[in-house]
Amino acid sequence: MPLPNLSQAALPDLADPSTLGLYVHWPFCQAKCPYCDFNSHVMANVDQKRWALALSHEIKRVGALTQDRTLTSIFFGGGTPSLMDPETVEAVLVAAHETWRWANSIEITLEANPTSIEANRFRGYRTAGVNRVSMGFQAMNDDDLKRLGRLHSAQEAMAALEVARSTFNRVSFDLIYARQDQTLPAWRDELTRALETGVDHLSLYQLTIEDGTAFGDRLAKGGLKGLPDEDRAADMWDLTQELTEARGMPGYEISNHARPDAESRHNLLYWQGGDYAGVGPGAHGRLTRDGMRVATECVKQPGLWLAAAEQAESATTQLTALSAKEVFEERLMMGLRLRDGVDLGSSALENTSLCNNIKLLVDFGLVALTGTQLRATDQGRPVLNSVLRQLLAD
Amino acid sequence: MTELSHIRNFSIVAHIDHGKSTLADRLIQETETVASRDMKAQLLDSMDIERERGITIKANTVRIEYKAQNGEHYTLNLIDTPGHVDFAYEVSRSMRAVEGSLLVVDSTQGVEAQTLANVYQAIDADHEIVPVLNKIDLPASECEKVAEQIEDVIGIDASEAIQVSAKTGVGIVETLEAIVHKLPAPQGDVDAPLKAMLVDSWYDAYLGVIVLVRIIDGRMKKGDRVKFMSNGTVHGIDKIGVFRPQMQDVDVLGPGEIGFITASIKQVRDTRVGDTITSEKKGAETALDGFKPSQPVVFCGLFPVDSAQFEDLRDAIEKLALNDASFSYEMETSAALGFGFRCGFLGLLHLEVIRDRIEREYNIELITTAPSVVYHIYMKDGSMQELHNPADMPDLTHVDHLEEPRIKATILVPDEYLGDVLKLCQDRRGIQLDLTYAGSRAMTVYDLPLNEVVFDFYDRLKSVTKGYASFDYQVTGYATDNLVKMSVLVNDEPVDALSMMVHRDRAEQRGRAMCEKLKDLIPRHMFKIPIQAAIGGKVIARETLSALRKDVTAKCYGGDATRKRKLLDKQKAGKKKMRQFGKVDIPQEAFISALKMDS
Repeated sequence: MPLPNLSQAALPDLADPSTLGLYVHWPFCQAKCPYCDFNSHVMANVDQKRWALALSHEIKRVGALTQDRTLTSIFFGGGTPSLMDPETVEAVLVAAHETWRWANSIEITLEANPTSIEANRFRGYRTAGVNRVSMGFQAMNDDDLKRLGRLHSAQEAMAALEVARSTFNRVSFDLIYARQDQTLPAWRDELTRALETGVDHLSLYQLTIEDGTAFGDRLAKGGLKGLPDEDRAADMWDLTQELTEARGMPGYEISNHARPDAESRHNLLYWQGGDYAGVGPGAHGRLTRDGMRVATECVKQPGLWLAAAEQAESATTQLTALSAKEVFEERLMMGLRLRDGVDLGSSALENTSLCNNIKLLVDFGLVALTGTQLRATDQGRPVLNSVLRQLLAD
Repeated sequence: MTELSHIRNFSIVAHIDHGKSTLADRLIQETETVASRDMKAQLLDSMDIERERGITIKANTVRIEYKAQNGEHYTLNLIDTPGHVDFAYEVSRSMRAVEGSLLVVDSTQGVEAQTLANVYQAIDADHEIVPVLNKIDLPASECEKVAEQIEDVIGIDASEAIQVSAKTGVGIVETLEAIVHKLPAPQGDVDAPLKAMLVDSWYDAYLGVIVLVRIIDGRMKKGDRVKFMSNGTVHGIDKIGVFRPQMQDVDVLGPGEIGFITASIKQVRDTRVGDTITSEKKGAETALDGFKPSQPVVFCGLFPVDSAQFEDLRDAIEKLALNDASFSYEMETSAALGFGFRCGFLGLLHLEVIRDRIEREYNIELITTAPSVVYHIYMKDGSMQELHNPADMPDLTHVDHLEEPRIKATILVPDEYLGDVLKLCQDRRGIQLDLTYAGSRAMTVYDLPLNEVVFDFYDRLKSVTKGYASFDYQVTGYATDNLVKMSVLVNDEPVDALSMMVHRDRAEQRGRAMCEKLKDLIPRHMFKIPIQAAIGGKVIARETLSALRKDVTAKCYGGDATRKRKLLDKQKAGKKKMRQFGKVDIPQEAFISALKMDS
């Protein structure tokens, strides 16, 4: 697709180029969930000291590529990062502190499973420096938790939430909806209970069946009955928007809801096109260097990654310079997920086919253009994939 | 050259799966015509599609040398014929080249409709017929009942039917003996001027056009200059031989013999099946009775999915037509589908075979439009024109009336399914001509419009009878009826490739079914889409495809950016596989699926 008017310089930097986020991937889980297509592995004995050292090496190595940056956020994702010993978390944070200057308001999030064993580690995480947890509730009744392959009970999750709230200032949790046999009234009831907990951030995901997962296999074999069709899934989406807005927690992104100023700052970096470093098996990053946007990707297999990281080689990470077209596609794809949308910059709007596509979508009421700021409307956001295909069509 | 008295020429008449090719294999094997290491199943079916579908498309020939039990050596020429109704024409001309037939009937199944049609052709060609009951090794074999059925339905003596298992080899020698002793020797005069029947011709990439001939009188040898009597062209014979079943050169072919010649002929179209070949000098005065040329009865458009492959498609179609004179084509442009070809076929199977060969042998993905028959349009000024494509239907104000082709269909079915079959035929505007019983099987004959049969009649018949019905038809002529052109509009744009001719009384029903189907086949778009069927300006059916409501990816974080971007690129590429009508993308499978009827 020719987009001749788009050069790197034409894209305004939404995020401050002197800042950086850090993503740390912990690839281990106690059990693989049937819906999950993330890079996660079940392993009985993990040598945490070895991993702490390898992750620290990697942080130092990435630090050499990103000097003079201020670190604004750190995110421990997985896998299940709440299986990390607090000492391991601490070692990683010490390495990050030695590598970059930290912003005073740095946000340090750790994803946690809501079990009693993991809640016992919360205090240790706080001592290490973690100031936000994001908990994987997924459902708030035991039957659905079992069908989702989760190891915790609804009651255990509520108890873990109380521990989290007494330990951390900022707490979020995740729910998955549009589950098998889930009715609209049942979701209304569950989401209402979730909102009544009073947390200031919620991630609400529609269940997506991915290829290569246990659910994906079952669906391909004709199993996994009772999933909602498009219309019922859309009704659930509409209900989700209505209930969260009424409670003062509108979606600031497709699946993320927060009170004002309670948004996940780390995740905002992704959607706003900011720079982030990724360390750990399969972690991705985006770095701006010498005016080029570079995609980084670490070796996916934990064993291979560990061996490479221990030799302090750059072999853990593949660097790929993105073309102007790829940068633009990512900017639109990520930016339009935000309620506020994305600044296209004035030169992008000189492209005739892009302008025609925008005009068509404006006529359908799916996007709105204010100056150079493009955003998906309330009608456009649930059909964002089609909106993107149209925007990027020749 | 073999003595006339020691030649036997024959064909095999059988229904699909009744074991014709296996029997042919056995005859070849028993007489050691082919070394056992070269034997493979269905030796005579050379195309992949023939082996896969278990059908014979082109006639094949083999010469078998047999030492009979009386100690004499005989030359047996087998012409293997197609078993399917679409290729009935090939059957009729093959029959004219031989004097006898083996009628092979599966002793567990009984006589089928296609067997009937072919055996009547053999009777028309004055053949001596030897009934063979096959598959006697199976427990369900009922030789007596089936022999009785042959006598009842076909009306020939089956008391001396040979009991055979082509699988185990039982009865093969008896079959060879019957060929020698029951079939007549050919007649002819070796001293008379050359008269050879052009039985078939096909293109070989190495040798050019190969001509299959049956010598009636005189003789033919390498170097002879021969004349094709229909157009007077003269050719020198480069190569002369027989099929065993691979080509084997011989010095001379004499009366009663079947073999091939090559003569520097470039195109199959330069030869006419049924033509008489004679010597350039002192040739025969009168030609043999020719054959009627075959006429395509079903037409459809073939378009490349990827419009850049149009030239490849042209190349493929030209190559296939080189070898298949019954397949016709001309260029066609469609607003919806771009450039392609309007092609004529002998029937639906012929259509499917050609389509499969283009897709497989030439790697071109195709969009096939609705099959249509040839309508006769009588204009108010008294002229008549043929309509091959509903999109070309002229303005109705100039049209006086329309005629459509009708067929005589013969259906044989176990009687428990008869009711469903009769209902199906009535639903398709059929008129019953006959209904008789032979044992527990019913035979019904219907006069049906061909256009009701071309879409999916055979599929429906198989489905309502669990595969137990057999069906055969022949085109009988044209009859006038109340026919209209139904157009389909998607988002208010007419889609020419979906327009069709229908009977006025069935238009609403067809229109509704079509709109409902399309509603399922077209993916939801960002806007709602009306789907309408119309006759002229009048909408007769309407459905609305709702706008897309939800497709957004639930999770997309930093680690997903690359993968999701690539997915988006892939989806954009997938969109190119669809055809755009105004703002609507229609997937290619919609064009064929929309036309299949459920009842």
